[in-house]
Amino acid sequence: MKTSRVPAMTMWLTLVFFYLPIAVLVLDSFNASRFAGTWGGFSFRWYARLWREQEIWHALRNSMLVGVAATVVSTVLGTSAAFALHRYRTRLQAAHYALIYTPLVVPEILMGMSLLILFVSLRVQLGLFTVFLAHVTFCLSYVTMVVLARLQDFDYSIIEAAMDLGADWRQALWRVLIPLLAPGIMAGALLAFTLSIDDFVTTFFVAGAGATTLPIRVYSMIKHGATPLINALSTLLLALTFLVVWTAQRLIRDNSGRAVPGGGERR
Amino acid sequence: MKTAPSSVREPPARRPDRWRSHEWIVTLPSLGWLLALFIAPTLIVFSIAFKPADLFGGVGPGWTLDTLRSLGNPNYPAIVWRTLWLSLATTAVCLLVGIPCGYYLARAPIRWRNTLVMLTVVPFWTSFLVRIFAWKHLLHPEGPVRRVLTALGLCDSAATLLYNPGAVLLVMIYTYLPFAILPIYAAAEKFDYQLIEAATDLGATRWRAFRSVFLPGIRVAIFTAVLVVFIPCLGSFVIPDVVGGPSAEMIGNKIAQRAFSDRNLPHAAALSALLTLAVLAPLIVAWGARNRSGRRAVPVQEAS
Repeated sequence: MKTSRVPAMTMWLTLVFFYLPIAVLVLDSFNASRFAGTWGGFSFRWYARLWREQEIWHALRNSMLVGVAATVVSTVLGTSAAFALHRYRTRLQAAHYALIYTPLVVPEILMGMSLLILFVSLRVQLGLFTVFLAHVTFCLSYVTMVVLARLQDFDYSIIEAAMDLGADWRQALWRVLIPLLAPGIMAGALLAFTLSIDDFVTTFFVAGAGATTLPIRVYSMIKHGATPLINALSTLLLALTFLVVWTAQRLIRDNSGRAVPGGGERR
Repeated sequence: MKTAPSSVREPPARRPDRWRSHEWIVTLPSLGWLLALFIAPTLIVFSIAFKPADLFGGVGPGWTLDTLRSLGNPNYPAIVWRTLWLSLATTAVCLLVGIPCGYYLARAPIRWRNTLVMLTVVPFWTSFLVRIFAWKHLLHPEGPVRRVLTALGLCDSAATLLYNPGAVLLVMIYTYLPFAILPIYAAAEKFDYQLIEAATDLGATRWRAFRSVFLPGIRVAIFTAVLVVFIPCLGSFVIPDVVGGPSAEMIGNKIAQRAFSDRNLPHAAALSALLTLAVLAPLIVAWGARNRSGRRAVPVQEAS
């Protein structure tokens, strides 16, 4: 049967469409000229200038602080939630699942706005702490989904066997369940970390004046004068995200023998 | 896979109780967190829409309908309409491009397929702001696209590529297209292509077979693609903010302006409540449709 050319053409054009803006951005980060349209020779000058930008380093420090804290808490909560959802088939878990699932489909601006209103009504001072609370809230759902996916092919008889052989539930948890689930938990944690480091919309709403995270800093750079500095910063961020997600993909692929495209993101 | 047969257990009677308390221990942390920081805030948003604003950017005492009345502001219908048509147009283009892409990915030889899927997923991973900035950079008056177009005589030197609804549409398609391709690819991969051969053997044209055999076969995935593109589009805020400008504002921009520029939280809350309802509507429709199609068997897939 003769096959149509249309799907192939669409696919290749789509890939060009996907990569063209990114490629131009990366290329221009090495452009000595400050005007995007003219090539002024290869240079690292924007990277050198970036190195001296105090505000960016400060924002990066804030992002890392929030990212690590939100990752730890959301990973613990998410793993426990995934375990509950997988282990029990009760009406409580049906409600629990709906509650975990809904934040995945709600636009970020609504979560940001409603958390802002919650903090203002409770007179909680906006700052890194409120950013942390918000990040745990959206990371939790993603971690749960990733760990839950790993649990699908988990064999409970291993736990039963451990307990029959005299392990108490604490030993069964720490010496059997957690080590076996480690790749899934790590993948969930890495996803939470990338989401937290990358989040702009929710953070923008709950950050207040002082708590500048890296995306907030990038946003104000984009809004106020597009210097080639942002090209260099964006290129570094691209490299960092690729590295982290590549590691996460490796972890998910491990053992199960197949890749999970997108790592459960927004699905 | 639930509990093991209780006859094997040592104290059989006590086991269910123990598991029950365990259920609460593992459920309560996440359940409590989301009730406090997801459900409660959403409810507060709806109630604050009925409160007056105070002069200090907070929420005043008492109850009022003024905030809801101010939604009648003559600017709003235009913004709501723009939000709707931009989201619908983005969804339509994403389907139009996503269906052939998903089909192509599913039909590509295995060796190529994984690489192509990876290439499609990679834009997902990159920073959201960086991707939007990349387009601002491309479409900028001094940027490469503008220079190429001017050199080719395709646009005059006064034309602006940025700050109009077209730029917003383009960047929204760019951002959400991978979300459409992936579910369609997942369904197209499981589709039985012998059905298309059967249809063409029976005299259908290729286009006819595609339309009445393939498309109904991946119906659920098309639904999913519509939802995962349309809903985030409705809540767009950064894209119209960075590449849109005043002539391309969407509801999201208005929410942010009311909350930060005007410091009028009740007004911002009323707009969020409106957006929440707008988001819930397609979700409920989809849920209803899925339940209906779940009850009716899918004849095409059962035939294989």
